[in-house]
Amino acid sequence: MIWFTGSALGICLLMIFGLLTVILVNGLGVFWPHAIERVTTRDGSVLAGELAARQAIPNPGHADHLLNHRIQLRTGNRDLYGFDFTWVNESDIVARERPAGIFFVERSEYGPLVGTPVRITVGDRTIASDPGAAREKLPELVARAARDREAIEAIEKGAIGEINYQMERLRLEARSLDFREVREPGIDLSAERAEVQRRDERERARYAEVEAELVALLESAGGTRVSFETVDGQGKELRSLDIYRAYPANELSVLERAGVYGSRLWTFLSDDPREANTEGGIWPAIFGTVMMVFLMSLAVVPLGVLAALYLREYAKQGVLVRTVRVAVNNLAGVPSIVFGVFGLGFFVYFVGGGIDRLFFPEALPSPTFGTGGILWASLTLALLTVPVVIVASEEALAAVPRSMREASLAMGATKFQTILRVVLPAAAPGILTGFILAMARAAGEVAPLMLTGVVKLAPELPLDSFFPFFHLDRKFMHLGFHIYDVGFQSPNVEAAKPMVYATTVFLLLIVVLLNLTAIRVRNYLREKYRTAAF
Amino acid sequence: MTDNPLKTTAPDSGLRIKTAVPSKGGSADVRPGEAEIVCKSVNLAYGDNHVLHDITMEMESRRVTALIGPSGCGKSTLLRCFNRMNDLIDNVRIWGEIRVSGLDVNAPSTDVIEVRRRVGMVFQKSNPFPKSIFENVVYGLRIAGIQDRAMLEEACERSLRAAALWDEVKDRLEESGLGLSGGQMQRLCIARAIAVEPEIILMDEPCSALDPIATLKIEELIYELKAQYTIVIVTHNLQQAARVSDRTALFWLGRLVEYAPTAEFFTAPKDKLTEDYITGRFG
Repeated sequence: MIWFTGSALGICLLMIFGLLTVILVNGLGVFWPHAIERVTTRDGSVLAGELAARQAIPNPGHADHLLNHRIQLRTGNRDLYGFDFTWVNESDIVARERPAGIFFVERSEYGPLVGTPVRITVGDRTIASDPGAAREKLPELVARAARDREAIEAIEKGAIGEINYQMERLRLEARSLDFREVREPGIDLSAERAEVQRRDERERARYAEVEAELVALLESAGGTRVSFETVDGQGKELRSLDIYRAYPANELSVLERAGVYGSRLWTFLSDDPREANTEGGIWPAIFGTVMMVFLMSLAVVPLGVLAALYLREYAKQGVLVRTVRVAVNNLAGVPSIVFGVFGLGFFVYFVGGGIDRLFFPEALPSPTFGTGGILWASLTLALLTVPVVIVASEEALAAVPRSMREASLAMGATKFQTILRVVLPAAAPGILTGFILAMARAAGEVAPLMLTGVVKLAPELPLDSFFPFFHLDRKFMHLGFHIYDVGFQSPNVEAAKPMVYATTVFLLLIVVLLNLTAIRVRNYLREKYRTAAF
Repeated sequence: MTDNPLKTTAPDSGLRIKTAVPSKGGSADVRPGEAEIVCKSVNLAYGDNHVLHDITMEMESRRVTALIGPSGCGKSTLLRCFNRMNDLIDNVRIWGEIRVSGLDVNAPSTDVIEVRRRVGMVFQKSNPFPKSIFENVVYGLRIAGIQDRAMLEEACERSLRAAALWDEVKDRLEESGLGLSGGQMQRLCIARAIAVEPEIILMDEPCSALDPIATLKIEELIYELKAQYTIVIVTHNLQQAARVSDRTALFWLGRLVEYAPTAEFFTAPKDKLTEDYITGRFG
C-alpha cells in the first residue's frame, strides 16, 4: 500500500516538475543570443540563421526511418524570403560554418534581419561605405535610435495623447450642451459654446505645434539609413530609427551574450508588444493582470467576508441557511465561461449600458462603460471567486472559539463590537487563505475575461497621468489571454512560440509572487492572533 | 455608580471610570452583607428541558457565595442568568425575578450591556483574547469608548495589581496574553473583568484547569477581591468552597437544596442530601 500511495504522489510530482522544467527552460532560453550558422547546400544556395531545432526525419516503412536528421534555421528576413524558418536536411548540407561579421538585427517590422551591414548614409551623404566602418558606427546609431524613439513616443503618447484626450472631452462637452438645449428649450448656452469653441481652438493650435515638432524630429532621425547584405547577396536598407538591437552573433563573449540576454529580458518586461504581439514586450499585459487582480480583491474580500459574517454570525441556522451554503459551495464549481457570459450580460450590457445612458449620454452611441473594461472583468472574476472566499471565511469564523466570543460579550461588548474586535482578527488568517485561493484562481482565468474586457492589444494602460487617472472603463491586456493570442491567433506561429513560453513563465511568476505576498501577510497575522494552545 | 471608598484600590488615583452605569431602577449603593443579588422563584428551561426549578436565594454584597453540586445540576446555568449569558443560547425561557443591585435583570427595559458591565465574569477555561496583555485588560474600557492612553494605562496597572499579576507581567505588557501560564492567564481574565469596575464577579469553576499552586493563588486573590466585589463562584471542589466562601449553596437536579453560611453548611448540614454530598456518600 505504501508503494501504491507513494507512487501516486511520485507521478504527480514528476508531472509538475516536468511542466515547470519545460516552461522554465524554454521560457528563459528565449532571450539567449545564439550563434548564426551559415549553411551551404548541395544545390549551391546559402542560408544563415540561428539553429532552432534538429529532428530525426520520419519515413515510416523504410530503412532510413528516423535515421537522418534535419535542422531548422531561423533565417529571419521575412520581407526578403517570405518566411522566418527553414528546414534543411543534414544530408544536403555541404558546409556549415559560423562566420564573423553577420549581425542579428531586431527591427520594427518583418521580424529579425540576419545580414552584414555594408553602408550607412545620412541623407545623401555616405558616412560608412564598407562593412568594417559600418559595423563600427552601428552601435552608436542603435543607441541614438533608441533615444529618438523615446522622444517620439514621448510626444505621441504624452503631448499628442493629452491633446487628443482633451479634444475628445471638448467634443463630448459640446454634445452635452446640445442635449441640454433639447432638455431645456429656450436656454441660452452661447457663452458655454464659445468657451468650448475657444478651448477647442487652443487645443488645435497646440496640436499643430506639437505635430510640427514631431515631423521635424522624425525627419532628422529618419534620415540615417543602414544597408545590409544577406548571405545570399540580397540587399536591404533600414532606417536606423527602425533598428531596436543589433549584435554580431558569432563574435560575442559569454559575458556579452549575457548582456544581450539581460537587455532582451528587460525589453520583454518593460516594453509594449510589437508586430502582432510576436515581438517587443509584455508590460501592458503584466500591468493589466496585476491591476485586475487588485481590483478583484477590492471587490471580493469585503463582499465575501460580509456574506460569510451574515451566514455564520447573524442568520438563524436552519434549512434556508443550509440551502444557501450548499448553493454557494456549488457556485464555486460553475464553469468560468458561464460567469463570463453572465458578466457580459449583466455588468457590461445592463449595468454598463445603464451607466452610459444616465451619465455619458453625450458619448453614445459609442459606449463608455457599456462595453468590456477592466472594471467589469474584475467584477466578473470577483463573482467567480466569491464562493471560495465565503466558504473559507465561514470556516474561519466557525473556528473562532466560543469561549473568546463569550469573554467579549461578558465584558459588555455588543455583538458588533465582538465581531469587529475579536472574531474578525482571530479569523483573519483563515479569511486570507480563502483570498489566496481566490487570487490564484482569478489570476489564471482567461475565458470570462475574453467576454468582459480583455483585448489582444490595448493602446493605453488603465492607469495614466490624465484625470481621473484610473480609467476603469478601458480595455486591458492580460497575460493569460496574451498566451492564447500569441500562441494560437498569431499570423506567425513559429516566431511566436518562444514568446508563448516566456509569457507563461511570467504569468506563473506573477501568480506565485502575488500568492507569496498574501501568504506572508497571513503568516504574520497567524503569529499575531495565534489562538490559545494549552 | 457607587461612591464607596473601598472600591478605589490605587489610593493615589482619583480616577473614576465612567463605565459603571448610573443605577437604574434600584440603588447600587449596597452595604456589605446586604443582599446584592436577589432571586425570586427563578425558573429556566431549554425548550422542554426544565433546568432550574423555583430558585429563591440572596447573595450578599462583598461576600463570596459558593455554588456547588454535581455536574448538570444547574449551578452554572444560574450563574449565567445573572449576566444574561443564557441569551446566547436559543430556546431559553426564564421566569421569576432576578435583581442585581436592585436592577431587574430580565426586564424588557433593561439594557443587557449595562447588566454585563455591572456583572463581570471569569470562565472555567481561561479565555484571553489573542491580543497583548495590555489590550486584554483594557478591552472593556475600549469598547466603552475610552481612548485616553493615560487613563487606560492607569486602569491596566490598577487591575493587574488587584489581580496580583502586575509584578509578573509589568515588563511585558505588549506581549501576547496567550504567552502566559494557565494560572497567569486566569488572573489576566480576572484583571480584565475588574478593569471596568463591576459590582459583582461571577466565577465559573475558575480553578478547574489549574494546578494546586495556581489554584491557591486564585483563592488568595478571591479572598482579597471580596473587600470590593460581590463574588459568586461555582466550584466542584468542596474544599475550595469551604476555604473561600462565606455562604455555600448546594444544587441538586435544578433545585436549591441547602443554602447556609459556609461553616454551618459544612459542619452542621440540615439536609440529608447535603450531608451525603459533602461526605462523599454517593455510589
